[in-house]
Amino acid sequence: MKLTLKVWRQNNPSDSGRFVEYQANNVVPDMSFLEMLDVVNGDLMAQGQEPIAFDHDCREGICGSCSLVINGRAHGPTRGTTCQTYMRNFSDGQTLVIEPWRAKAFPVLRDLVCDRSAFDRITQAGGYISSNVGGAPDGNALPIPKVVADKAMDAAECIGCGACVAACKNASAMLFVSAKVSHLGLLPQGQPERTARVRKMVSQMDKEGFGACTNQYECEAACPKEISADFIARMNGDYLWASVTTEE
Amino acid sequence: MSSFVPIPSSSIGCKFFMGITGLLLIGFVLGHMTGNLLIFMGPEAINEYGEFLQTMGHGVLIWVARIGLVAIFTIHMALAFALRNKNNNARPVPYGADGTIQASWASRHMMLTGIVIFLFLVYHIAHFTVGAIDPDNHKEVIARDIHNKFDIYSMVVKGFQQPLVSGLYILAQLALGLHLSHGAGSWLQSLGLARGWVRKLILPLGYGIAGIIVVGNCSIPVSILLGWVK
Repeated sequence: MKLTLKVWRQNNPSDSGRFVEYQANNVVPDMSFLEMLDVVNGDLMAQGQEPIAFDHDCREGICGSCSLVINGRAHGPTRGTTCQTYMRNFSDGQTLVIEPWRAKAFPVLRDLVCDRSAFDRITQAGGYISSNVGGAPDGNALPIPKVVADKAMDAAECIGCGACVAACKNASAMLFVSAKVSHLGLLPQGQPERTARVRKMVSQMDKEGFGACTNQYECEAACPKEISADFIARMNGDYLWASVTTEE
Repeated sequence: MSSFVPIPSSSIGCKFFMGITGLLLIGFVLGHMTGNLLIFMGPEAINEYGEFLQTMGHGVLIWVARIGLVAIFTIHMALAFALRNKNNNARPVPYGADGTIQASWASRHMMLTGIVIFLFLVYHIAHFTVGAIDPDNHKEVIARDIHNKFDIYSMVVKGFQQPLVSGLYILAQLALGLHLSHGAGSWLQSLGLARGWVRKLILPLGYGIAGIIVVGNCSIPVSILLGWVK
């Protein structure tokens, strides 16, 4: 396969950045997208040029490091992470526009790498349980209905990759925050701090400069872990309830 | 006492009030349409309805309603601009390629259709309420009906017999329909209700209410243009 790549190149956070066109001539359909970039980078280095910087780690679709917008779609045209996107999903001769996540809260550090520590700060604001729950309890000592446990696990699947922010036309982080709020808020251990948690995390989300939700569910459609936008409604409800019940 | 108010500092609070004011405006639009459809029952029905609106509560309630509507509209629009500003700031550098997966055209152009609706509203009030567009055909100028009530029926019929005026109203209703196709269901999410089966109501509610309002409101100018109501 031969592809034309329009890749975002940016030297540092203060550089304004630009698209640079490259030809990828030795693409095998069974390569992953990141392997294709590895080959392109090999060619660039052989020519004495700077390789394209991009984030990656596990390359197994579980760590949430990879973060490319391919032809306007976060993680590319298929459901799943960029590392699990394969070149067979593209056609020979196609032009691919490759960009980083674009959000004020995710400043681009270099080329396709952006700083997602805003998510860490949101988690630090309230995505934890500080009540002392003692040692590991006996199995089934704390009954949790299966549907609740399943839902909490669904929310906990979030790998914090930021595709929801990238896909949202407002660069909103509502799906990420709602998943983090919900996976603790659904379980008994998370109840004591439930209202404080949602308030603190939403407040931090707003402070980071993410946009607001327009209820289009682009985030849900792009999420590689298929986190449901139902969690956003759940967080809205929790937040509004917290706003009228908190006595501080 | 709670010291924590979600508006105007939080995005969720803004969206909550956006949803509430939108819901109230939908109620108004549905009520307004239902009243206007009385035109199909003849001059007496709609003229009597007009008289009722003008005189209810000794003529005070209509002003209460008007001031309330202006307040709701103002809050809805102010929040829209505030949210738009926040959202624009959240993505200073746009994408080089559009990769919209499922968001409808209407949901991506709420500001545009909203502005069209606002401009239409100014025209509509100038046209039928104030009488500034066509002063010779205003209820306060034309002869009253046989019951000595404002002849709203004749004013509306004469107004809509002009194809340009009718066309303008129909176009505005299409903008309203697009706006509602997203907004009339989206409040369920903003108010935190759209979970499980309730979420399945978003699309049918949006398109259903939009459809009812477009068909209902457009039926009046279309019927007058076709000569079914004269």
